[in-house]
Amino acid sequence: MIRIPCPFCGTRDHSEFSYGGDATVIYPPLDAAAADWIEAVFQRDNIDGVQFESWQHLHGCRMWIIVERDTCTHEILSVRPADDAIARALTITSAHPGGPA
Amino acid sequence: MKRYSAWSVFFNGLTGQRNWDRAWRDPEPRREYDIVIVGAGLHGLATAFYLAKNHGLGNIAVLEKGWLGGGNAGRNTTIVRSNYMMPGNRAFYEHSLKLWENLSHELNFNVMFSQRAHVSLLHSPAARDSAARRYNTMRLTGADGELWDLATLKRNIPHLNYSPDARFPITGAAVQPRAGTARHDAVAWGYARAADQCGVDIIQNCEVTGVARDGGQVTDLQTSRGLIGGKKIGLAVAGNTSRLWRMAGLGKLPIETHKLQAFVSEPLKPLLDQVVVFGVGGTHFYISQSDKGGMVFGGDLDWYKSYAQRGNLPLVQDVSECATSILPCLGRVRLLRHWAGVMDMSMDGSPFICKTPLTNLYLNAGWNYGGFKASPASGWYFADLIANDRADPVIANHNLQRFEQGINLDERGAGPDPKLHG
Repeated sequence: MIRIPCPFCGTRDHSEFSYGGDATVIYPPLDAAAADWIEAVFQRDNIDGVQFESWQHLHGCRMWIIVERDTCTHEILSVRPADDAIARALTITSAHPGGPA
Repeated sequence: MKRYSAWSVFFNGLTGQRNWDRAWRDPEPRREYDIVIVGAGLHGLATAFYLAKNHGLGNIAVLEKGWLGGGNAGRNTTIVRSNYMMPGNRAFYEHSLKLWENLSHELNFNVMFSQRAHVSLLHSPAARDSAARRYNTMRLTGADGELWDLATLKRNIPHLNYSPDARFPITGAAVQPRAGTARHDAVAWGYARAADQCGVDIIQNCEVTGVARDGGQVTDLQTSRGLIGGKKIGLAVAGNTSRLWRMAGLGKLPIETHKLQAFVSEPLKPLLDQVVVFGVGGTHFYISQSDKGGMVFGGDLDWYKSYAQRGNLPLVQDVSECATSILPCLGRVRLLRHWAGVMDMSMDGSPFICKTPLTNLYLNAGWNYGGFKASPASGWYFADLIANDRADPVIANHNLQRFEQGINLDERGAGPDPKLHG
């Protein structure tokens, strides 16, 4: 069992989560060239080592998170919310427990 | 090298089993070969064999980083079938099944191919309609397929859980009678021995660590046993394709590496004569009994990308639940072993046997769950591709360009998410 430290719920079993895949894939604008879409939808680095990947805490808070994980050892190096604004808010909250400065 | 025969078994039995020849040589790698295949799994060995046998080519080496047949060849549930529906896949897998039917004779090695029937359980009228469409389509291509009603199924396999109170009561089955199982090690050994007899060098403990290029072609492979050059290079390293692809400086592939577990129980007396598949409501389970008596079974992927050849416990629980829900008699049977293999999961669930951006590099990859059954045809067509430098019409769409051309071979209709193509 991989134990994933959810930023919202604490450390939970990976069976509570659903795997999203390579988190570095950025979908292009809708009017982008077909080649850009083919690259984003079908092509993968498939890294053997540390990669950023998305997981959803499906049986928990249902939030999407970005997990930095080694695909050979399953070691988790970092976890953050997938939504940048929420990630920023969490950083501010933890730096200033009384609320945003 | 002597042929195996009833006489050789008899003679060697009388002389204390001391006079058997080596099954294959253990040659030192040469500096240059005409053709180098990377990966002495079933696909690589089959490719080397058919290159020599079908195309009369020599000066061939197969490189293997570990020992022969120690990767996914030794990590599968040994099911052979051809119940595919997509054009391309249909002809390909049926050709493979035909090769299986004569493989023991062809290789002079008993691969213990047992055509014991592949029985997919059905649980609803909709599933039955869908199976009828698939199996009728298969029959149009010359494969065999039958639908069994509940009475026929009960007569053939009396001890499944037929309770009307089951979560998914069984209503019948879609059956391919010519499908079955084979002995996975014997297939690797048989191809290795037959290829070796044709003069192929099988180089074990020879890991490729780098790929040297001169512009648009590969010049040498750096290996743990020195530089090895080849006029043509074929990759058959499913699970590790992206690693080799990166070594060749080729970037991304429509592949993710996932791991799939398989299980074998303690040996039992004869219990199950067929391959039984149970897949409904999110479950996925397949089981057969080996000739030694062990129940060999498996289920879904572990659902996250991984290069680790070890499985995770939630899947053990899922698979065990599936096992006891269709075969409650297995409830107290103990598990002997379980293991995980790393799969090339492709974006549409279908493989690649194709040319690459490098002129003398050929790719055999993306076998998802289905590599074992495919290995004879995979070797057959990959050898043809390497020998003639053009794809046979049967594998015309098994290339890397099919996604941009919109001709995905998505047998399950699951979309471009590798983990869903189980």
